[in-house]
Amino acid sequence: MVDAGSARGREGVSAGGALRLVVLSALGLLVLAPYLWMVSASLKPTDEIFRATLALWPETFAAGENYGRVFARVPVAQYLWNGIVVCGGILFFQLLFAVPAGYALAKLRFAGREWVFGLVMLGLLVPPHVPALPIYVGLSAVGGLNTFAALIIPSTISVFAIFMFRQFFRAMPDDIIHAARIDGMSELGIVWRIILPNAWPAATAFAIFSVVAHWNDLFWPLIAVTGHERATPALGVLYFRTEEAGDDFGALMAACAIMTAPLVLAFLVAQRRFVEGIATTGLKG
Amino acid sequence: MRRGEHLAGWLLTLPAAIAFVALLLLPTLAAVTLAFTDYELGAWPPAWIGFDNFREMWTDRGFGQSFRNTVLYVAIVAPASVLGGLGLALLIESAARGRMFFRAVFFLPVVSLTVAMASAWQYLLHPTIGPVNALLGGLGLGGPAWLSSSDTVLLSLAFIGVWEAVGFNMVLFMAGLTAIPKELREAAAVDGARTAWDRFRLVTWPLLGPTTLFVVTISLIRSVRVFDTVAVLTRGGPNRASETLLYTMYTEGFTFLRLGYSAAITLVFLVIVLGLMLLQTRVLDRRVHYG
Repeated sequence: MVDAGSARGREGVSAGGALRLVVLSALGLLVLAPYLWMVSASLKPTDEIFRATLALWPETFAAGENYGRVFARVPVAQYLWNGIVVCGGILFFQLLFAVPAGYALAKLRFAGREWVFGLVMLGLLVPPHVPALPIYVGLSAVGGLNTFAALIIPSTISVFAIFMFRQFFRAMPDDIIHAARIDGMSELGIVWRIILPNAWPAATAFAIFSVVAHWNDLFWPLIAVTGHERATPALGVLYFRTEEAGDDFGALMAACAIMTAPLVLAFLVAQRRFVEGIATTGLKG
Repeated sequence: MRRGEHLAGWLLTLPAAIAFVALLLLPTLAAVTLAFTDYELGAWPPAWIGFDNFREMWTDRGFGQSFRNTVLYVAIVAPASVLGGLGLALLIESAARGRMFFRAVFFLPVVSLTVAMASAWQYLLHPTIGPVNALLGGLGLGGPAWLSSSDTVLLSLAFIGVWEAVGFNMVLFMAGLTAIPKELREAAAVDGARTAWDRFRLVTWPLLGPTTLFVVTISLIRSVRVFDTVAVLTRGGPNRASETLLYTMYTEGFTFLRLGYSAAITLVFLVIVLGLMLLQTRVLDRRVHYG
């Protein structure tokens, strides 16, 4: 069962191979259970949910009512749009800061470089919950809470991104850069015309990691935002639960399905990139 | 050192350096400083009170409960999600059939909105209308009130935590497994490691050492951070039975606005995280070295 030698039958599936599929399928069903019941309940009328039958397939369909109630009571499109703006904004600044810094730390010799890199390594040790409190105080002092800026700015610096791009650029051959210098290209020209176009693989992996982390984050939005206007999808679900849903599980599950769908669909389309993106950037946790 | 290179180096690092100082370094130092004050939002200036916040923590039964809950939660979620992730990775990698499919299935919780999936679990575990208890009832068993009883709430949250983390660990282990040359296992088989268990014990497990250490550390740190499920499903209740470190920090700071005390809890949290990382480096230095 543990390795290929014993599990490979001559034709079809051997006993070990069959057992493997049975075990994986059973565990898979357990993992998928909340998704299946979430979608199922979002299609059922309330009385059917309260009868607590084990049937996944609804007797009467109430999808229109459930999803309709969600759209009628909370600004779903606004939540999703906020999620896109916040994730996009964070990613843009993270890359804007991290790509040049990562390149400089990897390929340029300048006084204080080791010092800067030491700070980066130190920054890797600090979870984002630690600076959250003083940043909240600062934002509240300047009246900056409840804005996109409040949601975006604290996450714009990712020491992890700097570290990752540094490792990535270090593996790049020096010859290209030397050749560009001999051709008379300026240092900034080199970054713009040579480094950026070559940074795509690392940038994609980091982008997936960053978007997943911030789309799903609840801690900081809960601190920085009150009210629907700037609520992210995670906050939207929370608001809907506490303010609107009550015992209306059909509508609540519909709201959950809507907010979960974008990333799950993106994952199903680009599965391999997602898994690689998270596995290679898993370091940050 | 060429002058242009020197200048470019600083120009390219400067934006990141400014953001780093303003958004990470200074706020972190400020949080550490606040931990030794009685700062409350709106009450300026705060007074320096030394270790009073930490003394209060020591005697505060609420904090003690929160600390114990977090330790218990980590003690369940970290080992279960590491072993589960390893088991799934071995099982999936052992044959080609369905590999991509199952990897996607188990990885799905990693990319899913925690708040939403926690709500789905709440429905599944609902004492009266939840399918889990309906199933148990069908088998003639009475199910507990999972998330609303102080006996089972932490266990239920830990279960959701494992559900969420296991696919993440699986992917890390799968990456580690593919780095082990197949020839080594085949050579071990030729040398007399007859059973799959022998080959795992003698070849796979030792070579997986660095990956395992990494996964263990990351699982510990991630589970110490538990917040979303608590904030959404239980708010620390019933009776503080599911109050955890970051949730206590959140309520003290942002509900009761006792920012000094909250910062002190944050500092405890930071020390735990740093301790876990230090432990990893220590173990890494001593044990997990192969040519």
